[in-house]
Amino acid sequence: MGRERETPKEQQQVSYTVEQLVAVNPYNPDILPDLENYVNEQVSLQTYSLDANLCLLRLYQFEPERMSTQIVARILVKALMAMPAPDFSLCLFLIPERVQMEEQFKTLIVLSHYLETGRFRQFWDEAAKSRHIVEAVPGFEQAIQAYAIHVLSLTYQKIPRPVLAEAINIEGLSLDKFLEHQAANGGWILEKGHGRGQLIVLPQNEFNHPELKKSAADSVPLEHITRIFPILG
Amino acid sequence: MATNYDYEEAPATYDEAHRQDLGYDPNFVPDSVKSLVVHLYRHIREKNVYEIHQMYEISFQTLSDRLFKDTPWPSVDAVAHFVDNDQVFCLLYREMWFRHIYARLSPTLKQRIDSWDNYCSLFQVVLHSVVNMQLPNQWLWDMVDEFVYQFQSFCQYRAKMKNKTEQEIALLRQYDQAWNVYGVLNYLQAFVEKSNIIQILEQEKEGLEQFTATDGYDYSGGSNVLKVLGYFSMVGLLRVHCLLGDYQTGLKCLLPIDISQQGVYTSVIGSHITTIYHYGFANLMLRRYVDAIREFNKMLLYIYKTKQYHQKSPQYEQILKKNEQMYALLAICLSLCPQVKLVEETVNSQLREKYGEKMARMQRYDDEAFAIYDELFSYACPKFITPSAPSFEEPLVNYNQDAYRLQLKLFLYEVKQQQLLSGVRTFLKVYSTISLGKLANYMEVDDPTLRTILLTYKHKTHAVDSEGKVISNADVDFYIDDVRKTFSLCKYLCAAEKMCFKLPCVLYNFIAADTDGIHKQLWTNLRLGYVKT
Repeated sequence: MGRERETPKEQQQVSYTVEQLVAVNPYNPDILPDLENYVNEQVSLQTYSLDANLCLLRLYQFEPERMSTQIVARILVKALMAMPAPDFSLCLFLIPERVQMEEQFKTLIVLSHYLETGRFRQFWDEAAKSRHIVEAVPGFEQAIQAYAIHVLSLTYQKIPRPVLAEAINIEGLSLDKFLEHQAANGGWILEKGHGRGQLIVLPQNEFNHPELKKSAADSVPLEHITRIFPILG
Repeated sequence: MATNYDYEEAPATYDEAHRQDLGYDPNFVPDSVKSLVVHLYRHIREKNVYEIHQMYEISFQTLSDRLFKDTPWPSVDAVAHFVDNDQVFCLLYREMWFRHIYARLSPTLKQRIDSWDNYCSLFQVVLHSVVNMQLPNQWLWDMVDEFVYQFQSFCQYRAKMKNKTEQEIALLRQYDQAWNVYGVLNYLQAFVEKSNIIQILEQEKEGLEQFTATDGYDYSGGSNVLKVLGYFSMVGLLRVHCLLGDYQTGLKCLLPIDISQQGVYTSVIGSHITTIYHYGFANLMLRRYVDAIREFNKMLLYIYKTKQYHQKSPQYEQILKKNEQMYALLAICLSLCPQVKLVEETVNSQLREKYGEKMARMQRYDDEAFAIYDELFSYACPKFITPSAPSFEEPLVNYNQDAYRLQLKLFLYEVKQQQLLSGVRTFLKVYSTISLGKLANYMEVDDPTLRTILLTYKHKTHAVDSEGKVISNADVDFYIDDVRKTFSLCKYLCAAEKMCFKLPCVLYNFIAADTDGIHKQLWTNLRLGYVKT
């Protein structure tokens, strides 16, 4: 999740050019290599551009013999990381059915399904079995954790610790550290729950505190609900 | 082996046989046709837009009905000398000539290719030379619309390789540039760019330009052709992208047009409907149900009020067809996102009449429900295409349904994921607070499963709009809180919804008694549809 992020200055020139290409001359088979390079750049620099990736998927649709399934897989992983935005589906609409039947794509579709239906435990289990796919893209874990927190914060005013732990796949001491960090910087409040449990109170928003809703037109930017937290460990 | 022959000299082909049956002579020009082209040519030179429109819309249709019910119009060569062999007029005439073939007859492959050539020539003239004409918006819209339609038709035709003759395959191989997807997209894009239409619309907002106010017409002695073609090409691009399954980009192409207002797109009924139909469909696939519902509602109401005025028009049948398709799409949207308050009374009653029963069944999410979603989607969706060139290797197959099957499959997949939501909704109509434990019990699922169901409800009812903001689609919603030491669901109503849940009187006493067994029974009854709320 998260749209364009800060890129190192030298890279800014290249991204700017590719974005320009997509805006000005998108129906051009010659830009295919540039778009493929741009996907790899998004992976290594942890940036993201849906428009450029859709443009590439379209070109693959026009000339299927030039399709690189490795690049397509990377695009899909990046799209998963953009959740809750529906980018993953948008990409699937452009990928031929026979390609989607390949093993790695079936796995990615299953992962997407788990995330779409809030099945975080199953998601992390499956992701662990498919490390080769997801570890190839830096920032994957953090992006999914941010999505998990987003959905939880839409739903709960107070989250029991085990529920949070399962959703973001962090436990024990790591979770303690994580929670301390969020309490210090992210406005989270840690409370004592029933028995010896812990309750986590996420920042209030209009979805878990309807009294905060000012009008139907108001909507909360994604970044306010879930801070993009720094990488821990 | 057939090479570069003109249809008029075609040896034993479909064309020849067909023509001989009907006694069609391309060189014979009835007086009424001569009169039409002469007058039309004069009106175009005199920039008499009203007269042009009358001839284009009425006279051409009348003659088609009377004289050319199932034959082509006279060839352009036969009429050229009546109009000073004017290049542009001949290109326009030919465009109408081919359009007639597509509408009344069945184009041969050669005709499809020739039509593409004609569009190329016509578009080159408009893009690269100074065209000093004013044409009615109806005509300019029809050109763009027909261009995209013929592209779609060609892709469908080409994808049916199984029964192609050797001649056809040879032609396809030879003329591989005809209706090439790059060509189609780039022409539309070229119109948008060369006309500068995006900047014109921007500047119009600041009062620096006049475009919408004059319906796109140029009252300072210039031409409206490039500008209006550029404008309509944005709708053309939306349509092509929808045919390819790229809904996001399609909507982006439409962005410069503000559909919350009247505009040049509403000046022609066909353009208005095509815009809203594709806008709505794209939003449906993007899960922005509220946006889709709003626009379908407005459009359907407009058609209801104005269709009587179009009864005589050649577009009438198309208007009716799109009307029915949009009702089907609206039924789908409302089944996935029950925001009935967004739908106007008249539209709602029409909807109930056409799809009331089906909508009730769709919301049950059983096997039958999926069959209905399938049926409505298949009826109402665009004719998706596979844009790539076919494989000429044996065995030759038909793959014209592939694109449609993929979109349908992914759509039904999404519907399946939302299956669990209707249970939550039904429940939310009755209770304002309930513990998670009890709720899991009534829904006959375990606690972790209930959690995933509730998270799914939240995720699916909160869409991300084009600016990355989270917007709630839900008409009724909840949050989970620690209520008296028990995790419970607390309902709240969204937007301007009034609390309107009504329990049947006979059950009030039971609810007041607040016993587990009664609640469970109520829940079961609700699920089985015995109790209406």
